[in-house]
Amino acid sequence: MKRPAILMLLFGLLWATVLVSLTLGRFPITLTELYDVMLQLLLDREVMAEERFSTLKNILFDIRLPRIMAAVLTGAALSVAGTSFQSMFINPLVSPGLLGVLAGASFGAALGMVAARTWLAVEAGAFIFGLAAVIVAMTIARFFRGDRLLILILGGIISASLFTSLLSLIKYLADPYDQLPAIVFWLMGGFSMVDGKTVLFVALPMLVGIAVLLALSSTLNVLSMGEEEARSLGINVGVMRTTIILSATLISSLTVSLGGIVGWVGLVIPHVGRMLVGPDNRVLLPVAGMLGATYLLGVDDLSRLLFRVEIPIGILTSLLGIPFFMLVLKNARKGWS
Amino acid sequence: MDLIDAAHLHFRYAGTPVLQDVSLNIHAGEIVSLLGPNGCGKTTLLKILLGILRPQRGKVRLHGKEVAAMSPRELAGCMAYVPQTHRIGFAYRVLDVVLMGRTPHKSLFSDYSRQDVEIALHCLERLSIADLSDRPYNEISGGERQLTLIARALAQGARILIMDEPASGLDYGNQIRLLTRISDLAQDGYTFIKSTHAPDHALWIAKRVVIMKGGTVIADGKPQDVINGDAISRLYSTRVGVVSVGDTLRMCVPHAMLNGARRTAAQL
Repeated sequence: MKRPAILMLLFGLLWATVLVSLTLGRFPITLTELYDVMLQLLLDREVMAEERFSTLKNILFDIRLPRIMAAVLTGAALSVAGTSFQSMFINPLVSPGLLGVLAGASFGAALGMVAARTWLAVEAGAFIFGLAAVIVAMTIARFFRGDRLLILILGGIISASLFTSLLSLIKYLADPYDQLPAIVFWLMGGFSMVDGKTVLFVALPMLVGIAVLLALSSTLNVLSMGEEEARSLGINVGVMRTTIILSATLISSLTVSLGGIVGWVGLVIPHVGRMLVGPDNRVLLPVAGMLGATYLLGVDDLSRLLFRVEIPIGILTSLLGIPFFMLVLKNARKGWS
Repeated sequence: MDLIDAAHLHFRYAGTPVLQDVSLNIHAGEIVSLLGPNGCGKTTLLKILLGILRPQRGKVRLHGKEVAAMSPRELAGCMAYVPQTHRIGFAYRVLDVVLMGRTPHKSLFSDYSRQDVEIALHCLERLSIADLSDRPYNEISGGERQLTLIARALAQGARILIMDEPASGLDYGNQIRLLTRISDLAQDGYTFIKSTHAPDHALWIAKRVVIMKGGTVIADGKPQDVINGDAISRLYSTRVGVVSVGDTLRMCVPHAMLNGARRTAAQL
């Protein structure tokens, strides 16, 4: 299939999933009603009674839309970050958490819960310590000689263990009746707590980070040829790697601010993208972004609707991701080998 | 003015000296073959010329300008690196690999232009491999991969091509075809600096041979002056003679492979 065609197709699929997701929920709303509300809202045309309109508007735009946006942003961000890392580290088995961002963000969120007890503190803690963990990894890497990428991965392993230990410490110290369950629940991932204001606040830096990575897609191709070739092709390897790591870290840590730890998306979706369009990042990155957004939105719908009690989305993405990944690996020899 | 002027290069890796006082001047249009046993410092010298490694002492000047002071982008416009034929982590199409050569000519955040694509296709045509443009790079043969990497170097617009053992891993026919290509491109004014394990390749196409041993240059000159039985025998610690075939071609003959194995170089 022609590459622009598949981009258009995925874009359409994403929008369709968004519209369908708006109608799904405990309070059923049909697509026609959704259309009517949009008419009334945008064109000020009286289609339904004011009371019904405000109920529907409240459900659609205050409850469902923020959650949908959070899922879309998180899916896109994790997939784009994962794809970028896989290209930059020339390794199809790495995920956005490679340099410790998720471990750091988990610790930050838990710290926020125990120390300040406000959602703002949780969100800010996740973001700040996600960034901090990666900076720790990069700083550790500076002290060692050798293959830069390998040393960076080593730094990431050290940093991730450091913040995982600190997280355990917080869990140990937390009040076991109130705080500990909240921490554990948060770490399972989920969008039930998101509100419109946070989503809007986080959306801008997330979109900027995604845009930077998309704009650097041809540079990512060159970087995946290895350090020496990239340099001889005119790339300032150190500066570009730092830019890519910081952009990916920014968007990954913001996903933790929105919905806790959502695993597997950033590892699996890039592979699905590569199976569809091949490894060229100029096409793969936008494809992975849209696939990830659609996928996570679909999984979030499942987590809302599957059972009477909502299932944390991180559990679902792992349960779905594992067999999916095995299937993909079996068929995905052509994208990388 | 010399195209490349490398003066008194010293390089140590983790305390071990790799290059000691290496100097080299290269003129436009030359094919320079670096010859020497494993570990003699050929690859290190190439990487210093490319600006990938920095010598602890000594300077490399390109068009009179110091390489250490040039940005990667500026260097890439003058000099291209053609690595040994390799497999890559992700199976890009041949055309996409050649397009990477246009990296120094586009702005950082933009995609390649239509003109870049035309240049890349033109470079593939120039090496007669345009029909490969849509094939995955990892699925074509070693010889085709090497040609693809040369096409990328041409697309880069560089006039100097630095090649690390370009013929290694290629079958005999592809080696000959590759050397013919290099020879043709040198006629068009491209300059080649390549390391090689095969003294024959140097005899066939090089206009200049630089022999290295133990991190120093031990001979530098025209192939007919530098490559003789004694020099090659000493270099590789095995007895080798050089024979003439016809008027122009000279080839190495290892004594150990001769019938009777007792003939001397003089008898040849």
